[in-house]
Amino acid sequence: MKIYLKIWRQKDATSKGQMVKYTMDGIEGDMSFLEMLDVLNEELISKGEEPVEFDHDCREGICGTCSLQINGRPHGPDTLITACQLHMRSFKDGDSITIEPFRAKAFPVIKDLIVDRSAFDRIQQAGGYISVNTSGNTVDANAIPIEKENADDSFYAATCIGCGACVAACKNASAMLFTSAKVSQFALLPQGRVEATDRVMNMVRQMDLEGFGNCTNTGACEVECPKGISLENIARMNREYLSASIKG
Amino acid sequence: MGILDSKVPKGPLAEKWTNHKNSIDLVNPANKRNIDVIVVGTGLAGGSAAATLAELGYNVKTFCYQDSPRRAHSIAAQGGINASKNYQGDGDSDYRLFYDTIKGGDYRSREANVYRLAEVSTNIIDQCVAQGVPFAREYGGLLDNRSFGGVLVSRTFYAKGQTGQQLLLGAYAAMNRQIQRGKIRSFTRHEMLDLVLIDGKARGIIARNLVTGEIERHSAHAVVIASGGYGNLFFLSTYCMGANVMAAWRTHRRGAFFANPCFTQIHPTCIPVSGDHQSKLTLMSESLRNDGRIWVPKNLDDAKAIREGKLKPTELKEEDRDYYLERRYPAFGNLVPRDVASRAAKERCDAGYGVNKTGEAVYLDFSAAITRYGTEKAYTSGLKDPDADTVRRLGEEIIESKYGNLFQMYEKIVDQNPYKTPMMIYPAVHYTMGGLWVDYNLQTTIPGCYSVGESNFSDHGANRLGASALMQGLADGYFVLPYTIGDYLSNDIRTGKISTERAEFDEAEKAVKERLEKLMSGKGLHSVDYYHKKLGKIMWDKCGMSRNEKDLKQAISEISALRKDFWENVKVPGTANSKNQELEKAGRVADFLEIGELFAKDALERNESCGGHFREEYQTPEGEALRDDENYKYVAAWEYKGEPKDAKLHKEELAYEFIELKTRSYK
Repeated sequence: MKIYLKIWRQKDATSKGQMVKYTMDGIEGDMSFLEMLDVLNEELISKGEEPVEFDHDCREGICGTCSLQINGRPHGPDTLITACQLHMRSFKDGDSITIEPFRAKAFPVIKDLIVDRSAFDRIQQAGGYISVNTSGNTVDANAIPIEKENADDSFYAATCIGCGACVAACKNASAMLFTSAKVSQFALLPQGRVEATDRVMNMVRQMDLEGFGNCTNTGACEVECPKGISLENIARMNREYLSASIKG
Repeated sequence: MGILDSKVPKGPLAEKWTNHKNSIDLVNPANKRNIDVIVVGTGLAGGSAAATLAELGYNVKTFCYQDSPRRAHSIAAQGGINASKNYQGDGDSDYRLFYDTIKGGDYRSREANVYRLAEVSTNIIDQCVAQGVPFAREYGGLLDNRSFGGVLVSRTFYAKGQTGQQLLLGAYAAMNRQIQRGKIRSFTRHEMLDLVLIDGKARGIIARNLVTGEIERHSAHAVVIASGGYGNLFFLSTYCMGANVMAAWRTHRRGAFFANPCFTQIHPTCIPVSGDHQSKLTLMSESLRNDGRIWVPKNLDDAKAIREGKLKPTELKEEDRDYYLERRYPAFGNLVPRDVASRAAKERCDAGYGVNKTGEAVYLDFSAAITRYGTEKAYTSGLKDPDADTVRRLGEEIIESKYGNLFQMYEKIVDQNPYKTPMMIYPAVHYTMGGLWVDYNLQTTIPGCYSVGESNFSDHGANRLGASALMQGLADGYFVLPYTIGDYLSNDIRTGKISTERAEFDEAEKAVKERLEKLMSGKGLHSVDYYHKKLGKIMWDKCGMSRNEKDLKQAISEISALRKDFWENVKVPGTANSKNQELEKAGRVADFLEIGELFAKDALERNESCGGHFREEYQTPEGEALRDDENYKYVAAWEYKGEPKDAKLHKEELAYEFIELKTRSYK
């Protein structure tokens, strides 16, 4: 296949970026999207040019490192996958593909297609944990029975990989889906209830401080989430926030 | 005991750890505030260690190359985590978990360490549940268990197929709590480039900020290496792309011994290589072998026709298929351990029976299971005389409920529907059992330098059983290291802050900068990946699933020549003082080119077959691994002496006081 690429190149956070065109030949359908970029980079290096930098690590859809905006969509055209799971068979001979970094004020560009998502870590640090001592002096695990349905729902919320596709998909660059997934995981379990008020207040406050926008219930985040994290989590976080506000 | 003192406490096996904890020195909580600890790597072992050390009161600095600790490759572990809880009442105990683990490791791990691992395993589950890890539960609200890889009890706790993810997020959350309290300072997108020794003790590291390229100095009273395994030296593996041996290897270059480098686990059920552009391999869970039958064609002509696309596997008659595992191992069949299944697949493919384009794949076929389940379902649903399509539909539904997400993952990658046509699988590098040599306290041969999780060597022997890697990472990090490190740090309460202005830091920083400049100055035509792929091919062909003297000697000379070429000719674009992914890779591949040679040397030295190490010269007449306990019941710990060819071998004899060594047979 012949593929025409338009890729965002930006030297560093303070430089002005621009789209640069590349043409790739001999692309095979069983290549992953990132392997196609590997091939491009080999060509660039052999010509003495600097390769295109992009974030990637596990390449099996679980670490959440890859963060490409492909033809205007986070992680590209297929649903329920990350960019590293996208294969070139999803494209056809002669296609043009535009590749940009995730766009959001709270995700500044570091270089080329790499953005800084450390704001997500700071939201978690504001309360995305249960305050238990890691000493090994906890009660027996089966001393706290948990209804299977709640445990399963908690698990589904906890499968968020923190990639940031929800933010990149949102017209307001809101981090509500990400934040609500963590709030929901603990809201559904008995263990973390005693600090639920502080948790939701602190996490939401941090989310706003980081410069993420508000949620206007557009639902683009749910559509683009590679792990299918549900909008119900946002509703659950809103309930938690409301009851915390009343208490607070 | 010589230079390698394992410091295993005296006394009965079951009391060693308790007695040891009672006798080691403690640090007063007020003094812990004056002590700094560096943790390199923030996966399960590093993350849990950092959180617990901070909880105890030490000042902790963590370093990871990822943009967040949450992305460490522990996140990709699927199956589960073992613990001897005996919730099922099926006779499990600490002793049984200990016994299975040490036998599974082919009797090449340290008895006391493995017993301690089994002993603290139950604490891990309690801890994780308290942290809100959403393990699978039964309808009664209690924790669910399943059975795993060849053991006879149900001791594996799991969170669907994402157990590693949930456990890592638990450790990450514990870290976040300490970051919020100011007890951990987290340095992400940072890489350790060297260890700094003062008066023979580990006192800090030199790190590179991967965003700015800046070289930084960080001092501490102790350094913990938790950087994972080195399987990426094979280029293709199930590891993440960034996994590297740098922190452990640079520690080795500063004097820490490296143990059993040739013990590598090759997992039998991975998606095969599809072409030259392939960057990594994806694992298909071992659980699939419960229902899948493994086969290749009986006739070479059929295999050739399949490779050329002229024949479909579903068209091949039953009598023309060779179910080679069932043929060779009637007792265990498709459920033989990982090392045995891997070698058998290679043997068939080497003989020309491979079924994909490259000839390196065998079939994992679910059609018999689909028919069996479908017939059973039809019968229980009252369908007396179901047609073939109905049976198939009902059977596929059952298979989907058991393995749906794995089948979907396979289809995404290979673009074939595994319900309709057999999966193609081939073995791939998955885990390294070797690593930094540590004593019972998890201290390396450098005082003040510790190693936890996959980056140390002590618990898995020559082969690792399923669901035991997560257990070791968390055991080391949450429950072992935080105790044992106090024994060492109790001597440091009067040391005070360690200055990074000392000559030792100057010297280490200078060496690091020279190495980076040298990498940038290559004038050749080849990229870093060119060298990495060449190394990977040598490793896979000559040090992979089976090894022999001639190939290993050849590998040593080829790797040595490749390393020389790399240092003269590698081409790294860009600059050293900015973000530069090629430079990051270059530093890592430079290390792989050294450990690769030591790996081959270690394999050459070990004149026996055991676990993941199969020497063709040492096998039974039936082609099975032949262990030599009399001569090789030791840990091979290598001392750095410059070039890998000069590395000096030290032996820690393994003493088995409490169990008898037996031969494993799967016939």
